[in-house]
Amino acid sequence: MDNLANLLDGFANVVTPMNLLIALLGVTIGTAVGVLPGIGPAMTVALLLPVTYGMEPTQAFIMFAGIFYGGMYGGSTTSILLNTPGESSSVVTAIEGNKMAKAGRAAQALATAAIGSFVAGTIATLLLVVVTPPVVSFAISLGAPDYFALMLLSFVAVTAVLGASRVRGFASLLLGLVIGVIGVDQTGQQRLTLGIPQLADGIDVVVVAVGIFAVGEALWIAAHLRRRAAEVIPVGRPWMGKQDWKRSWKPWLRGTAYGFPFGALPAGGAEIPTFLSYATEKKLTKHPEEFGRGAIEGVAGPEAANNASAAGTLVPMLAIGLPTNATAAVMLAAFQQYGIQPGPLLFQRESGLVWTLIASLFVGNLMLLVLNLPLAPAWARLLRIPRPYLYAGILFFASMGAYAVNASPFDLFLLLTLGLLGFGMRRFGLPILPLIVGVILGPRAELQGRRALQLSGGELHGLVGGWVSWLIYAAILVVLLWPLLGRFVVRPLRGRLVTG
Amino acid sequence: MSGMTTRPDRGGEQPPRPPAVETSVPPIPEQPGAQRTADLPEVTRPATADVPPTVGEPAVDDGPAPRPDRAQYGVCAFLALVGGLVILDATTRIGHAVNSADPIGPRPVPILLGVLLLIVAAIYAVDVACGGAGEPEAGEDVDLTTPIDWRTVLLLIGAFLVNAVLIDRLGWVISGTLLFWGSAFALGNRHYVRNLLIAVALSLITFYTFAIGLGVNLPAGVLQGIL
Repeated sequence: MDNLANLLDGFANVVTPMNLLIALLGVTIGTAVGVLPGIGPAMTVALLLPVTYGMEPTQAFIMFAGIFYGGMYGGSTTSILLNTPGESSSVVTAIEGNKMAKAGRAAQALATAAIGSFVAGTIATLLLVVVTPPVVSFAISLGAPDYFALMLLSFVAVTAVLGASRVRGFASLLLGLVIGVIGVDQTGQQRLTLGIPQLADGIDVVVVAVGIFAVGEALWIAAHLRRRAAEVIPVGRPWMGKQDWKRSWKPWLRGTAYGFPFGALPAGGAEIPTFLSYATEKKLTKHPEEFGRGAIEGVAGPEAANNASAAGTLVPMLAIGLPTNATAAVMLAAFQQYGIQPGPLLFQRESGLVWTLIASLFVGNLMLLVLNLPLAPAWARLLRIPRPYLYAGILFFASMGAYAVNASPFDLFLLLTLGLLGFGMRRFGLPILPLIVGVILGPRAELQGRRALQLSGGELHGLVGGWVSWLIYAAILVVLLWPLLGRFVVRPLRGRLVTG
Repeated sequence: MSGMTTRPDRGGEQPPRPPAVETSVPPIPEQPGAQRTADLPEVTRPATADVPPTVGEPAVDDGPAPRPDRAQYGVCAFLALVGGLVILDATTRIGHAVNSADPIGPRPVPILLGVLLLIVAAIYAVDVACGGAGEPEAGEDVDLTTPIDWRTVLLLIGAFLVNAVLIDRLGWVISGTLLFWGSAFALGNRHYVRNLLIAVALSLITFYTFAIGLGVNLPAGVLQGIL
């Protein structure tokens, strides 16, 4: 029960007045920024990075945990109370949640979302505690070829599984990998620096994340700004009746069961489990007539799935250093800002830090529940913020954060360039996630690949290690050939299931 | 805040369309039936059949529906250009630093990426020629039925550049004020004085909290000694 002792130590670190205050600050700011329309969880974390610049790593991590869960929760409030769909992971919540709100049941929708998020977050964080250590000990046994294969899988998975178009996904991934190449190579050679001395150290991942997520998004929204802001549905204090509880608790648990494993997979994300949860609840409900008109199960399940998958993404992120969604990618960038490299060694070198982070996830989750039930009306008022101020504010804080990384105006020009790239990607439907994953994992994949080839003297067979790498290459093949498999294997099977 | 934003393509009733404020371009009529990407895999949309089509089906932003989105060829050209640049850089500028400890050296990875970029650019072009189209990103405040409002975007870029040029000379408080005020102006807010007060307050608060309070790098500039 080593881990339990570690976790208790982590709790001991969190439960000091100062750190509790920081956790509270983290969840409050995280929720407030996450509620703002147009700001998803990834942008929330990216924009709030500078808040932690002056802090000790421990306190910064406590704050991140709060911002992470707070931003997630804020997003669901937006999708329930605003009359328009937001980011992809809360689209499903919006389907029934928004209908409920329009039917005067906003309070119940917010309550089932808040309590469901708490239940799912707590269970999923517990699962994180149980699952992560074995994954770490497995990851430690891996060699350079296995790591290289794992990162390739990660590239292929975020590119080919998520998003609508593979070509566009690969275009985005390659752009990210090219950005990752910029800078001085391990041999001391300058690559793609174009003779600009500021590029010799490479482009800071924080600048990339803020540029692509915050500046790109703000410019894109500005180009298509609704001239009349979406209607906000007024809400009182969230509460649930006995009937609502009865109808909610099973969807919460089922949503958690969908969300966590999908989050932990290399290409999980929140979209698939929330869709699955919605479909399941629709099938199992005793009130099928309410679906499409505001069924509480359709909020409870997907919202739980969403939060559980967020906790699930922390497993590969902490244990192997693989980001599987945008928010985890930005968190990883934040860790690197502190010179901390997530991965199996993190648990050995910075054990106290990791367990403090995990403990503060529990604490932050509880705080969110306590905070969000009474504060919902206040969050709803945030949705009425005049849009010029909102997007001017995003550019303002993005500039501040990017400048503060290196105290260099050059980063601001870089930020704008990346923002324009993000703008173009949104215009042409290129997914953002592969680019960010490419920037973060690209250099590490190259390092592992070159290390593996060093052992084999440059022969390509060095890239194949033990059975793990064979298994991973097989998985990559399956992912790449999935459209063919889908046509000849999955679709006939599904057809048989539907007819039978 | 009273205006409904129900959209006809989302099954809502159509309110009188608000005039596109601050834009000279008239809004383009709606086109139902957004063109979706050609190579949509099965896995990404597992339960769409159960989802009412009112959410997540944004209309393509510009041009009448049947016309293909030719601007996408620009993306292909951009990818090919980047690919070419990467290969050029790898073959001419990067030294051939190979030794026994690193038999690969710094060159192969960029060359591989460059070649892959050229291949992807070609496949992308084929996809576009076959009628494939990317789906512009939707969002809470995004109205994809309007064309891109270039005036706003260019003004925002202007405000951004003003800050980037002036931040080291005048300091964050002044350049940040200009950035916020200029951005609010670009986005169509015309409360000049109120915006200035908000901008100054925001810059001062961030400067004191982050630069003085948390030790974050923000320059005081010409106001050094006053702040």
